[in-house]
Amino acid sequence: MTEHTMSVLVENKPGVLARVAGLFSRRGFNIHSLAVGPTENPDISRMTIVVAVDELPLEQVTKQLNKLINVIKIVELDPMMAVQRELLLVKVRADTTVRSQVLETVTLFRAKVVDVSPESLTIEATGTADKIEALLRMLEPFGIREMAQSGMVAMGRGPRAITASPLR
Amino acid sequence: MTTVTPKDMPIPAQLPKPAPPVGAPVRMTGAQALVRSLEALGCEAVFGIPGGTILPAYDPLLDSTKVRHVLVRHEQGAGHAATGYAQATGRVGVCMATSGPGATNLVTPLADAHMDSVPVVAITGQQSRALIGTDAFQEADITGITMPVTKHNMLVKDPGEIPRAIAEAFHLASTGRPGPVLVDIPKDVLQEQMSFVWPPELQLPGYRPTTRPHGKQIREAARLIATARRPVLYVGGGVIKARATPALRELAELTGAPVVTTLMARGAFPDSHPQHVGMPGMHGTVAAVAAMQRSDLLITLGARFDDRVTGQLSSFAPDAAVVHADIDPAEISKNRRADVPIVGDCAEVISELIIAVAAEFQSSQPDLAPWWQQLHNWQETFPLGYDRPTDGMLSPQFVIERIGALVGPDAIYTAGVGQHQMWAAQFIRYEKPGSWINSGGLGTMGFAVPAAMGAKLGRPDVAVWAIDGDGSFQMTNQELATCAIENIPIKVAVINNGSLGMVRQWQTLFYSERYSQTDLGTHSRIPDFVKLGEALGCVGLRCEAEADVDKIITQAMEIDDQPVVIDFVVGKDAQVWPMVAAGTGNSHIMSARNIRPLFDEDGS
Repeated sequence: MTEHTMSVLVENKPGVLARVAGLFSRRGFNIHSLAVGPTENPDISRMTIVVAVDELPLEQVTKQLNKLINVIKIVELDPMMAVQRELLLVKVRADTTVRSQVLETVTLFRAKVVDVSPESLTIEATGTADKIEALLRMLEPFGIREMAQSGMVAMGRGPRAITASPLR
Repeated sequence: MTTVTPKDMPIPAQLPKPAPPVGAPVRMTGAQALVRSLEALGCEAVFGIPGGTILPAYDPLLDSTKVRHVLVRHEQGAGHAATGYAQATGRVGVCMATSGPGATNLVTPLADAHMDSVPVVAITGQQSRALIGTDAFQEADITGITMPVTKHNMLVKDPGEIPRAIAEAFHLASTGRPGPVLVDIPKDVLQEQMSFVWPPELQLPGYRPTTRPHGKQIREAARLIATARRPVLYVGGGVIKARATPALRELAELTGAPVVTTLMARGAFPDSHPQHVGMPGMHGTVAAVAAMQRSDLLITLGARFDDRVTGQLSSFAPDAAVVHADIDPAEISKNRRADVPIVGDCAEVISELIIAVAAEFQSSQPDLAPWWQQLHNWQETFPLGYDRPTDGMLSPQFVIERIGALVGPDAIYTAGVGQHQMWAAQFIRYEKPGSWINSGGLGTMGFAVPAAMGAKLGRPDVAVWAIDGDGSFQMTNQELATCAIENIPIKVAVINNGSLGMVRQWQTLFYSERYSQTDLGTHSRIPDFVKLGEALGCVGLRCEAEADVDKIITQAMEIDDQPVVIDFVVGKDAQVWPMVAAGTGNSHIMSARNIRPLFDEDGS
């Protein structure tokens, strides 16, 4: 099974997330991550869904998603031709003895410290899944107290926009 | 004493109110807007039951001269009646229920209509907006509950949105791949004032069904048809929904290929036509199952490779290339990979195929004579048939066959689910689309009576017979009271074998004749279907001997002012043959118990 990233434009209406999530569960497809947010058009939301499926079931997922009345457009993003980002907030144990080492790691990964206390640092990082994973691996020895991670959001590279075509 | 009706009273002279200009907004309540919208959409009947939250809608309904409301006895009956109406007329069937239990009782018929792609609109009351989410009395999240079993559903939170919601519901239900749509309306939204404007503008940016097939795929399909040696036209319910049966006949006669009609497509191609080889699938004819199994080209039209048709998918039609035409792109290559996928409406697909195939045939037309020789051989060796029960009881197949023969192909037949349904699909000869209405995908017992009610209401001049089982009949027979009171004179033939026959058949074949919980006791006359029918306002008849069958059917046919229930007391050991046992390949079709003609053919 391979991972596929789909950008799904949906009508910004109540219940749409439930329709999409329900479709995946009842047809037996696993969602790896799902992120949803507004777009430049207030009537339209954009979902970025990462699924781990083979080629044929993927075709079925796409077709079934397309059948949902509130789904306007689906584009599968080629990872080589798209920018993919996840957001991580992580609270690391960092008293004065290790603080400088933690800060060094933060700099190395071009992450940011967004909160500080005598015994901990809260770090914000964005990047691909690989980068986030690598950062976490580096921070783990210091002691991770808490973390929150967003689903992936992604966008195709180049001048074209999937929302550019006028909505009928 | 005479009473003076308002009509007879003199009307004082008054200036007529000027009619508002067409399309100008008119102030009214949400409930009035709902009824006005239904009228504007040409809805002539609503099946339903009022209750607390839908009550505001029932008040303007009382005044409507265009919309007839049929007061059913259970919401499931309303839903199946809407389905029967839709299947018989090709129009949208409408049902209505209150919130909570009223709405949840619609879940089964909605799931049924969803599986069989029937255009149904369900309108449900909902608790007032302020109470939603508080576990209020008779509150149920019906849009959440029905999400997986409807084509679409919506909760209307603004009375101004009602006309558009209803218009969108009708549009969604009846276009593309048809299906059920539920509109949930809170009570206070029905009560609030709004400005009614017609027609509303539909806002469905994500809904663009493809009806026109791709020319390249049509040509590719025609090329395959022109070279196939063992083609089969595999016809599903989509052909009936697309009203493409005349075109289908033309295509069939042009290609000379055998035609199989699935359970949902019985009547799409005349049974009397020499190219018709029967119904495929678990209880299909040996010729139809064998034709598909040995085919080199399945020309699939509005069918979906259901597991009941394919049997074990991996061994289904191993040598066949597949042309698959359907209006729903998600059906194509869902179960069986299509070599030539065609997305489009069957009427357009078939008429374009006719042109393309005719063009191909100018250069070469395949010789199907050897294929027909083989098909005729299967047909002659393994015709549909049945044995009379050894215990002297009435044969259920005989009863159903006689109903079909006497009532004829102009009638509409509905069925419940089980053995009687399969026999009705096998032993009644269907010649016209829309003459066979059953629950194919969901397999809903209790479908026959309410579906017959809906069909008869939609086509009052046609005889409607419900072929039902004693198990199925006991699930929804209360709708006979509705039929009697609303003057919807249907006929119900209860094929009473005293048990849950299909389950019993499986117990006979696969559970060592251990009959766990399949004896319904109906042979001991609990209930007595004659008395039950009479209690529900019908004529009750009983038939127990072969010699009386024709006489009693004729007697029932002569009654046209009351519903009729006939209790056909039949033997309990009759079985549905042929049969492909669940999970086995179609090559293992048994024409009778342990007789596997195709498998034996392979082995020799």
